Amino acid sequence: MSTSRGRFAILVTLLACGTPAAVLPPRVTPPLPDQLRPPSAFDGILDRAERSRALFAEASRVLFHPRCANCHPSGDAPTQRDDLERHDPPVVRGDHDQGVPGLMCGSCHQDDNAALARVPGAPKWQLAPREMAWQDRSAHQVCEQIKDRSRNGNRSLDAVVEHVAHDPLVGWGWHPGADRASAPGTQAEAGALVAAWVATGAECPPEDRKKGVSR
Amino acid sequence: MTVRLRVNGETKDVDVDPEMPLLWVLRDVLGLPGTKYGCGQALCGACTIHLDGEAVRSCVTPVRRAVGREITTIEGLSKDGSHPLQRAWVELAVPQCGFCQGGQIMTAAALLAKKPKPTDDEIDTSLAGNLCRCGTYIRIRAAVKRAAGL
Repeated sequence: MSTSRGRFAILVTLLACGTPAAVLPPRVTPPLPDQLRPPSAFDGILDRAERSRALFAEASRVLFHPRCANCHPSGDAPTQRDDLERHDPPVVRGDHDQGVPGLMCGSCHQDDNAALARVPGAPKWQLAPREMAWQDRSAHQVCEQIKDRSRNGNRSLDAVVEHVAHDPLVGWGWHPGADRASAPGTQAEAGALVAAWVATGAECPPEDRKKGVSR
Repeated sequence: MTVRLRVNGETKDVDVDPEMPLLWVLRDVLGLPGTKYGCGQALCGACTIHLDGEAVRSCVTPVRRAVGREITTIEGLSKDGSHPLQRAWVELAVPQCGFCQGGQIMTAAALLAKKPKPTDDEIDTSLAGNLCRCGTYIRIRAAVKRAAGL
């Protein structure tokens, strides 16, 4: 009997006998473009490590969203808009990720969105440090970065949760102003996902060389 | 609402909406027209002024952000046009139409305050957001270098 026929026979047998829940494929509601699934949506994945990886994958929909990824570039210049276009004007990160003398992030970006001019704004507007680049990285790579204190701003995992859940600059992703698309879900929901990911062991998805987001 | 400002070393009380762009206050309320309206979206740099020495695009800056801070416009960079950048601009005949040049000088002044001897690359990156439709960029860079004594 070939392998595939054998698996089919086992499946038929299991169905006929009443399938144990642990053998069924995980029952997880498919994602919706503008929403995040809550941690409870992944309760059907009984393997803790698998559930943790699935929770990170859901949270990564926020991390790789243009509202967030635009300021996590792999180079020295931020991007903008939904296609990660070169930032206009052509600013660079400078020594402290806040621009260069004469052309700082705060030269244009205010503490809140400038409605008429459409210039986005939030407190402490700046680029993520180079070691926190998310563009041109896989979900596995970003996950490992987020856990690494040498690459996450020396944050504990609890501090990572707090950062995602409450940081005002992170929160801008859900209040981007003008006609910019928001990150999926809400900041609180993203924080809950990251908290659940940490609580399940902060497992990272396997490396698949697929970039989360690229120009 | 009365807003108290420090502009070019003087205290000014203005009755404006705190959300009014600082550029409007400077030009239309205080009569300081050297700062120009270019794009209104912080994309061209013609409206550049200093807030506590940092270059800021006044067209997108609500006046409330300037409260308690020192505002410097091109009129206040020096009392008599003797700032090294202003002298260099004249010596090298940098402007063509001149509309953007106040913003160019204010950005360059913010650069030299932090980097007194900038490299060509530092000049270019700092001034990359100041557009000149006449294309005077080469003379601008030369004038910045002259003002820096390079």
